[in-house]
Amino acid sequence: MSKTRMQLMLCGGTGCHATGSKPFQEALNAELVNRGLADEIKVIETGCNGFCAVGPVMLVQPEGTFYQKLSVEDVPELVEEHFLKGRPVPRLFFKEHKSKEKIPHIDDIPFFSNQVYRAMRNKGAIDPEVIDDYIARDGYFGSAKALNEMTSEGIIDEMLASGLRGRGGAGFPTGMKWKFAHASEGDEKYVLCNADEGDPGAFMDRSILESDPHVVLEGMTIAAKAINATKGYIYCRTEYQLAIRRLEIAIAQAKEYGLLGEDILGSGFSFDVEIYQGAGAFVCGEETALMRSIEGKRGMPRPRPPFPAQKGLWDKPTILNNVESFANVPQIILNGGEWYASVGTEKSKGTKVFALSGDINNIGLVEVPMGLPISKLIYDIGGGIPNKRKFKAVQLGGPSGGCVPEQHLDTAIDYEEIAKVGAIMGSGGAIVMDDRTCMVDMARFFMDFIQEESCGKCTPCREGTRRILEILERICDGKGEERDLKSLEELCEVASNSALCGLGQTAANPVLSTMRFFMDEYKAHIFDKTCPAKTCQALLKFTVDQDKCKKCGLCFKACPADAILWKKKETASIDTDKCIQCMSCYDKCPFDAID
Amino acid sequence: MAMDHHPEHPDITAEMWTSIDTIIDENNSVPGSLITVLRLCQDTVGYLPPLLLDYIAQGMNLASSQVFGVATFYSLFSLEPKGRNIIKACTGTACYVKGIKEVMNHIGNKFGIAEGETMEDRRFTLEGVRCLGACGLAPVMVVNEDIHGNVDPKDVTGILDDYS
Repeated sequence: MSKTRMQLMLCGGTGCHATGSKPFQEALNAELVNRGLADEIKVIETGCNGFCAVGPVMLVQPEGTFYQKLSVEDVPELVEEHFLKGRPVPRLFFKEHKSKEKIPHIDDIPFFSNQVYRAMRNKGAIDPEVIDDYIARDGYFGSAKALNEMTSEGIIDEMLASGLRGRGGAGFPTGMKWKFAHASEGDEKYVLCNADEGDPGAFMDRSILESDPHVVLEGMTIAAKAINATKGYIYCRTEYQLAIRRLEIAIAQAKEYGLLGEDILGSGFSFDVEIYQGAGAFVCGEETALMRSIEGKRGMPRPRPPFPAQKGLWDKPTILNNVESFANVPQIILNGGEWYASVGTEKSKGTKVFALSGDINNIGLVEVPMGLPISKLIYDIGGGIPNKRKFKAVQLGGPSGGCVPEQHLDTAIDYEEIAKVGAIMGSGGAIVMDDRTCMVDMARFFMDFIQEESCGKCTPCREGTRRILEILERICDGKGEERDLKSLEELCEVASNSALCGLGQTAANPVLSTMRFFMDEYKAHIFDKTCPAKTCQALLKFTVDQDKCKKCGLCFKACPADAILWKKKETASIDTDKCIQCMSCYDKCPFDAID
Repeated sequence: MAMDHHPEHPDITAEMWTSIDTIIDENNSVPGSLITVLRLCQDTVGYLPPLLLDYIAQGMNLASSQVFGVATFYSLFSLEPKGRNIIKACTGTACYVKGIKEVMNHIGNKFGIAEGETMEDRRFTLEGVRCLGACGLAPVMVVNEDIHGNVDPKDVTGILDDYS
């Protein structure tokens, strides 16, 4: 293996692929060969770096210069100026939003410097398709220690000491789950990895799988030793084809090295892992539904008890953990449970990966210590709200979660603290909404999703969500009635208390949460028939600003309902009775005169 | 166990039947492989005609109702023909907040298809999918294997012109 003086870590995650990292990579490789630098400088395609907002991104190692928003045209200058002559190119540095300051070094960029890497420690630092890279960063040493030096009980004790709680969203203590499964009788047990990641707005697991697939395999192997399982499945949603490909490569490479499969590292312990692809059902992220799916059946949850730790896949003792949970395991074994628990709050230990998106400047993935106030996530790391708009709320926990408004932004990131304000930690999706977002519409959006994804087995969820959705749609359509508020409350209570699984039980959360903090918006929709955020089309009243109108008549020509009154050389006006709120005039007006 | 008799279907060629038989043979004895078989068969034919579901049921020794039940439960599977080019518009939360509805309306206006529909000439199918996990680039639209991020409604027809 020859030594190179510079490594160019190019992000090869799905996000950067979409912004053109592949053509950039090809052009870069070609230019390096052209200039005779291919032996000294290595281009490595890593997994998702997490800073999707500014992709394609590249990190120059070992110096740590960070480049953003790269395109093919930038290649010659980069190679000539930086790689050949040693002069970094400032115009491609990260630019801070407010101050416009250019920051060349990755450790100084607030987005990165405020993070604490544990689950994501390898992202952007290794080639995910080269197992040697993973091993060079202590990869599989945790597995080796667990299999050769520790007992199952010892592993479980370490996990309990770490305080790690399920990162899929429910937050159940991981060590406890493994303890139950360990205690179950039977020689056939299963370790399952939930890589279904169905929450819209969540892509933490995708990033870990694409950038560091081995950490999941190692985590699963350690878990298998803890409960005495011999077989594992990674249930990965079929939409994540890149992740699946990298996992397949990782499994093959690990087997080749004797780190997976028969008699791992000569320890006498055998564990095999297979990938099972999902088929587009959100409910299959629920543990019992996931197991039904692997069994080739309709993914419908079942009541518990019996819990999967006693009777799970094929009725055998099974543990199911999230990708991010497994990603934390090797480090816990290597450094000890106490080390892991040294960060975080009393009941929520360690770190959490969040997927920041929506109306926020720095969109991407961030890993932060538990206990950090949400405001720091939004402003210090997220860079605040773009387009000079105001923060309104952040949805935590996707369609099972709730919105956190401005007055509760000082809430610490902690399972219990977040629950107090009516949201949930969830899998990590954090969607930021500005003042142009209608909260009633968002409640409707989430309920629409839940309604479609409901498996239909239990009446409270199947019928309850449908009725709730109908009411919300009527309200957004301007046909809300006073009794709707009470009906919503009652329906939400019934669904929460009697639904069979987590999907139905948490379906009401977005509705209850928005009603708790944004009741004035609901009332405006129902009583005043207006939408304060000017989003619900049926409630918009269009008018022409007579001062701004330049009498061009474009709106008149665009209107399909003959609702615009205009004559040449006169300003236009809108007949609101005829207006169908299609927004054609709004789109057409070049002078922003339509409101 | 290759079937002796392949039923007639306008969208399934002889080569496809051979692939289908192989898929069934290779997965027959793997417990729980029905979903995998359905996925691979759909990849082969483009969709799952009901006749094929019966064929799979026979080949895997399952009740037709069971195969039908699984095929209709998962949104990945379609019992209707799909277009040559599948447009997957992400309707996840982030893309929703960033305006995917407008993109879909533009597609509807230009090509005459609403969510879930296929054009008469089978050029495009428009699907609303739930979250592609590329939230950093909202709104996102995937056409076949190509990911298009930060899609502006005005650019939509330009992007789709490349696909015949």
